[in-house]
Amino acid sequence: MSEVTRIPTDLRQGSQTAGGIGESKLRPDGTLKVTGEFAYSSDLWHEDMIWGHTLRSPHAHAEIVSVDTSAALAQAGVYAVLTYDDLPAEQKNYGLEIADTPALAAGRVRHHGEPVALVAADHPETARRAAAKIRVEWRELPLVTDEESALAPDAPVLHPGRTDGHARHVPHPNVVHRQPIVRGDAAAAALRADHIVTGEYEFGMQDQAFLGPESGLAVPAEDGGVDLYVATQWLHADRRQIAPVLGLPEDKVRMTLSGVGGAFGGREDLSMQIHACLLALRTGKPVKMVYDRFESFFGHVHRHPARIRYEHGVTADGRITHARCRIVLDGGAYASSTPAVVGNAASLSMGPYVVEDVEIEAVGLYTNNPPCGAMRGFGAVQACFAYEAQMDRLAAAVGMDPVAFRQLNAMSQGSRLPTGQQVDSPAPVAEILRRVQARPLPPERQWESAGGAADVRALPGGLSNTTHGEDVVRGVGYAVGIKNVGFSEGFDDFSTARVRLEAAGGEPVATVHTAAAEVGQGGVTVQAQIARTELGVAQVVIAPADTRVGSAGSTSASRQTYMTGGAVRNACAAVREQVLALGRRKLGTYHPAWATAELLLEGGKVVTDRGEVLADLADVLDGEPPVDVELPFRHRPTEPFDIETGQGFGHVQYSFAAHRAVVEVDTALGLVKVVELACAQDVGKALNPLSVVGQIQGGTTQGLGVAVMEEIVVDPATARVRNPSFTDYLIPTILDTPAIPVDVLELADPHAPYGLRGVGEASTLSATPAVLAAIRQATGLALTRTPVRPEHLTGT
Amino acid sequence: MDFLRPAGWAEALAAKAEHPAAVPIAGGTDLMVEINFDHRRPEYLLDLNRVAELQEWGTDGGSVRLGASVPYARIVAELRGALPGLARAAHTVASPQIRNRGGVGGNLGTASPAGDAHPALLAAGAEVEVESVRGSRRIPIDEFFTGVKRNALAPDELIKWVHVKKATGPQEFSKVGTRNAMVIAVCAFGIALHPDTRTVRTGIGSAAPTPVRAAAAEEFLTAALAEGNFWDSGRTLPPALAAQFAELAAGACNPIDDVRGSARYRRHAVGVMARRTLGWTWESYRRGTAGPTRGEGAA
Repeated sequence: MSEVTRIPTDLRQGSQTAGGIGESKLRPDGTLKVTGEFAYSSDLWHEDMIWGHTLRSPHAHAEIVSVDTSAALAQAGVYAVLTYDDLPAEQKNYGLEIADTPALAAGRVRHHGEPVALVAADHPETARRAAAKIRVEWRELPLVTDEESALAPDAPVLHPGRTDGHARHVPHPNVVHRQPIVRGDAAAAALRADHIVTGEYEFGMQDQAFLGPESGLAVPAEDGGVDLYVATQWLHADRRQIAPVLGLPEDKVRMTLSGVGGAFGGREDLSMQIHACLLALRTGKPVKMVYDRFESFFGHVHRHPARIRYEHGVTADGRITHARCRIVLDGGAYASSTPAVVGNAASLSMGPYVVEDVEIEAVGLYTNNPPCGAMRGFGAVQACFAYEAQMDRLAAAVGMDPVAFRQLNAMSQGSRLPTGQQVDSPAPVAEILRRVQARPLPPERQWESAGGAADVRALPGGLSNTTHGEDVVRGVGYAVGIKNVGFSEGFDDFSTARVRLEAAGGEPVATVHTAAAEVGQGGVTVQAQIARTELGVAQVVIAPADTRVGSAGSTSASRQTYMTGGAVRNACAAVREQVLALGRRKLGTYHPAWATAELLLEGGKVVTDRGEVLADLADVLDGEPPVDVELPFRHRPTEPFDIETGQGFGHVQYSFAAHRAVVEVDTALGLVKVVELACAQDVGKALNPLSVVGQIQGGTTQGLGVAVMEEIVVDPATARVRNPSFTDYLIPTILDTPAIPVDVLELADPHAPYGLRGVGEASTLSATPAVLAAIRQATGLALTRTPVRPEHLTGT
Repeated sequence: MDFLRPAGWAEALAAKAEHPAAVPIAGGTDLMVEINFDHRRPEYLLDLNRVAELQEWGTDGGSVRLGASVPYARIVAELRGALPGLARAAHTVASPQIRNRGGVGGNLGTASPAGDAHPALLAAGAEVEVESVRGSRRIPIDEFFTGVKRNALAPDELIKWVHVKKATGPQEFSKVGTRNAMVIAVCAFGIALHPDTRTVRTGIGSAAPTPVRAAAAEEFLTAALAEGNFWDSGRTLPPALAAQFAELAAGACNPIDDVRGSARYRRHAVGVMARRTLGWTWESYRRGTAGPTRGEGAA
């Protein structure tokens, strides 16, 4: 079988320039981060700055009967204590999609850890102690913790009087959003099935667990505005939410990105932004806020936990006849991005498979659990965990190899999603499965490699020395997933880039200015590579991301290389045209090719498409004002899903990844060692191959985490978080992280810049179900819940 | 919070006598977490890092005299032969950075049921030497843990040394956590064969309010080994014997359900670890070897 694995993209301009796209350029922040010298937002400092602190609710649902701040205010060193009553503007709430989140609790808290009051003091410890002196009288309210309690006849309505865009179509006010998808005739198709396979699945609450806690510095300005330096994912969306609560026009809230220590969706929502600004404007002093790890677990949204039910039918020869599914996502106390997560879960619930007849329903709930929102994979992750478990059961029902079964039902270019949208670019689902299956398996019993005593590092339990090979069983599992790239459902998704080209010291220098948040993904590296390719220059300066340039959109949805990369390319092309026009004007008379040939910028020179040099770029630019262009860039438009049928051209692009997991399970202790997690992913075009592999390995590891250890445990009786620390919220160490060989396919998407596909998320989807499938194979257990705990594997 | 910095042991004892509420700090790997989480605000911190005696270990005849502040990393590197159980437990403590700072004195001072050193010290039959301006005394490890995070120290006493007999037979330590490194014990088990006295001792971590010995399991095994003349014959242990030992070890647990694991799982896992570690130690004894598990020197 010889499949095409690379569709070359036309790259005339810049193909001769070093450091351009397609090269594995090292990131400028890499060494600084590894050596501890990188300045994160928690390292910000300002002359005369004071410290902000947040008082948070100990209860998940309670009425605030009274608040007494006098003792806190009386403490020496305290500059201000703010509560809801101190909010300066008519607008008290914010929110990414629905403005339902009070900047400070308004008479009622809806989740454990909700911000109630703010303190500014001359020292963080002083602020903390003062906050402890704030007396709040609480009256606890009945809890909403799951679908049953949310929809019960006497359920407390968490957000009475909703006026948001989903309020009219939801079946109950405690449902944030409901998206059905109906296509074909599932009931009729079910009659063709030889086997019906149903399953109920549960996905635990995962945390982004970024290493840099929420932090920033707000500096009051003389014009009554504020300058905010902060680690975020989307400066302009922050500003849109911050300014109205401060009572300021947007242009008086000036934002600059500071060092971001990871994001993974957890910085899409506001955390300390409004709070620091409120304190700065109240006290007239720069205010810094830094969460500690404990507070960070309450300071950002998590991945939606989900309960999922599937029914699939299959014919005896292995064709899926139909599917019904219901996905219930717990959005917690505030909406955050729950509506979009619901839309993703519903529209991608059939996975990368052809299923013509479907009945799908996804709902997002309001509860008193911690708010949930964006996290890498965004709704597609939960669905993939469940539909991939179904695929293994279906394959078993018809006696087929699980990979062959998937390949038989795999979508390909031209297939339709349940939304009716046609997949109009390569969809190499069968091929990526083939590639991970074709890899040689890692050797068995590697802990015995050198004879003699067992190498416990290669065994489940690792350094804890729990087995020397006893009861260790190997399992192999496969999974594949589909993730949308970019913002869907009719959202006006754009990015903006400003590119300036000028001569400096006899050299052409390009400056790229965007508001795109570098959160560790390598965006600044790729932007510089694009500018080198498009302008043929060696020196590219990436200006700090801030709100002096137009919005770049969010660093999420695997979209920044596509969107801001596209914007940089676009702006560079406009700059190139202006430079060539300038050259023709200044130097055109010296050579006829200025008028007749196709001209390129290569190696700091103007050249013809035949490689003849016409001029040094520096000479063209010398003595001229910089060529300076700012342009927005949009992907092709999408449309909302129909609210009853779910039909619509909802997504921009798809990203596909497949995994093969090899695990070894200590079946007596229920401990798991993931030995290898091989991945194959189509990336369209790898602008920076090293970064691409890094993204795929990172996403894979995050998927592994939620397979075997990562979960925020919420006590169902109190809706309180039980493990808000890295002592008890475990993420994989390097000893838990297996070899992750990556096979990168480059099948160009004709609609995307350079044919690229966003790479950041797809590997997060399939890693989890692949690990689960491997553990199921090793143990013979059904395992319908992730993460898997030792108790599940040992029946204890 | 006042920070007391005695230059030597005598000054440290005087400071502790003057301020019995002072909390000693050496590596700070337990205490600083407590302080950072605001679980604890001691009025005084008593810094023991300038007390040289605490940083050293030596030998007294057949015993190792281990300074309270000797970091785990050195125990792993330097005491693997003499104290194999403790060295193995030390290697499961947290991360390399923490192992470079933390020591057994802090583990004993905190007296958490999850302290990694405790099962190994129980199995080895260690003694904790504590001192105050009033004098010094040795507390057998069996009497050291008096309640959840409580120990037998008087308010004016400090832990100076831990006396641990050099191993005369194989020792093992196993710990269950839901991650393959850098994890707090869900439960743990230590075992030491003492061919010189023809006894077996054990220690269980994180499966009762305090670290405990599996006394009934020890008695059963010690008797069974004697009856069957196993010590002399070096015969393989019958599986039924190991199973009975494991069951008695599990029975010694009095665990709770918490966010790290269920009580049922802990009891079960202690049984599995008891069976396996008995198998490993007995096989080493039979072969006359007690070779370390590979991977111990690395990571």
